[in-house]
Amino acid sequence: MAEKTYREALREGMVHEMDNDESVVLMGEDIGVYGGTHLITDGLIDEYGPKRVIDTPISEGGFTGAAIGMAMMGMKPVVEMMTWNFSFLASDQIIQNAAKVRYFSGGQVEVPLVIRGPNGGGVQLSAQHTHSLENMYGHFPGLKVVSPVTPNDVKGMMITAIRDPNPVIFLEAGALYGTKGEVEEGDNAIEFGKARVAREGSDVTLIAYGRQVNLCLRAADTLEEEDGVSAEVIDLRSIRPFDEDTIVESVEKTHRAVTVQEQWRWFGVASEVAAIIQERAFDYLDAPVERVSGAEVPAPYARNLELAAFPSEKQVTNAARRALYIEEK
Amino acid sequence: MAIRETSARHEALGLDEDDLRRMHYYMLLARRVDERSWILNRQGKAAFVISCQGQEGAQVGAAYNMRPGHDYLYPYYRDSGMTLLLGQTPRDQFLSLLGKREDPNSGGRQMPGHYSSRELNIVTASAPVGVQFPQAAGTALAFKMRGEDGVVLACGGEASTSGGDWHEAMNFAGIHDLPVVFLIENNVYAISTPTKLEVAGSIAKRAEGYGFPGHEVDGNDVLAVYEVAREAFERARAGEGPTLIEAKTYRMTAHSSDDDDRRYRERQEIEEWRQKDPIVRFEKYLMEHDLLDEERKEEVDTEIKAEVAEASEYAENAPFADPEDVLLGVYAEG
Repeated sequence: MAEKTYREALREGMVHEMDNDESVVLMGEDIGVYGGTHLITDGLIDEYGPKRVIDTPISEGGFTGAAIGMAMMGMKPVVEMMTWNFSFLASDQIIQNAAKVRYFSGGQVEVPLVIRGPNGGGVQLSAQHTHSLENMYGHFPGLKVVSPVTPNDVKGMMITAIRDPNPVIFLEAGALYGTKGEVEEGDNAIEFGKARVAREGSDVTLIAYGRQVNLCLRAADTLEEEDGVSAEVIDLRSIRPFDEDTIVESVEKTHRAVTVQEQWRWFGVASEVAAIIQERAFDYLDAPVERVSGAEVPAPYARNLELAAFPSEKQVTNAARRALYIEEK
Repeated sequence: MAIRETSARHEALGLDEDDLRRMHYYMLLARRVDERSWILNRQGKAAFVISCQGQEGAQVGAAYNMRPGHDYLYPYYRDSGMTLLLGQTPRDQFLSLLGKREDPNSGGRQMPGHYSSRELNIVTASAPVGVQFPQAAGTALAFKMRGEDGVVLACGGEASTSGGDWHEAMNFAGIHDLPVVFLIENNVYAISTPTKLEVAGSIAKRAEGYGFPGHEVDGNDVLAVYEVAREAFERARAGEGPTLIEAKTYRMTAHSSDDDDRRYRERQEIEEWRQKDPIVRFEKYLMEHDLLDEERKEEVDTEIKAEVAEASEYAENAPFADPEDVLLGVYAEG
């Protein structure tokens, strides 16, 4: 194991599969000589050439559609959305086509396509660059949706995404490209639909995915220091397929749950998690399931306003305290 | 002599009598399947019909250049003349129309007219128009990257050229010199909206802006469409890049079985276009060249009608999918 950044690990996952399978090609805006606006594909055009690292026009619908056409031919395109916010321009291709071609063909056709890019906010890019789209894409049968947060996971889940014969929505924690972590060497493929216990605990379960997992880990440390509370943190990793069992088992142990998401409260993943807990672990609950979400505003630009719009450590710790019936701070 | 000149026409194109008879057969077959579909709709048996009538010449003329199972077809929902020519059968069409289990397109999962066949390289179409073009460009890019000589025929009505996807695909195909033929069947209406309210300038001429040839052709003249498409296919196979063809034709029926076209067009206009019916015109050509007479025409039509009746009856009696099947085919096992 070596320590690597999220960015390096992500690139390593793609490179691993490009070396394994020559039908894997990268497509997107400025991913060639420029190396990607987030430098995810830096240097890859030198190594693999412009046939496998394809710079596209600024035409999200066009190149996503082209990737679908390539995938139906058995190629494995990995499409970069400069940010997921631009995928609205390609949403018909993704939702109405990539997700449905297999069903519409009565199971004849596969679309082994990965669409990847930074999701969520936190880097002062304002509302049109700041959406968390896991609930939107997670809503549609035919898509797989994952949201890795550690460097090891982003590599292993990218390997799995490329090998998957279905369209995979790969939501990267854009604000964490520079963060470091231990990454396994070689093939560390990580199965979709398996949540990860990021921190073990016994008093309350904090459930998140993507960047908010790190927020929950910090909140768990605070709860331990200030309140003597042992919080378990679960990283969902995969939104569709979804691992219900890991959540239910944890809540059966802790009897209390807080779900955290960067996106807006209404119709979000946190609501889905709360619904699953009440369906499957109702009798184990000692308190209502708490939800912590982003503020109901388009994401603002100024740093202080942006921070005010996202879930904070204090919101998470206080939600946990409410669930534990101890005084908020 | 006019006859001698036209005689030279199909011969100059390298088409023999058998080719001409096949073209005629598939145009008429598509028409009769379509007519039968409307009857099934009026009988309450088919929930939805979308029609090819009037466009069979453009469809058969263009697709006659394809090698089934080798080249790729991205049809739009009116292109039954193409899918029949490539090897789908009237049974297949009626099974799809009635949403039966054996429907080879989708097993009852997708609307009629949205053809799909892995074996014949027919890609299921999107109901929102124009979305197929970028996918077709991607398939053409895959052919090119693999060094294969496949050609992609990507089709749509003129309405599908108004949205961004078509332009993005034209641009992408032009940038990479892709082996794709864009066939626009200009049938004058986007549901109710006439071309003067939906098309600025000329569709065919837009190709020039993307750096490849665009041709306008009489879409009701099957041989003219064949000729211009043949050149486009040859160009694509030779690695010279895409071609745009705008086939001027006419939608002789309402947009679909859910539409009442009396609200937006005169009966007289339809009558005028019926005089230019591509099937009638082609039959006239064949008769002028002693390749068809009234007796033979009746024979062919009788034969086709019997085939259509048998296919319709088969599909009407075919079982629906089991309700449990609804969940099958969403994800591929990985």
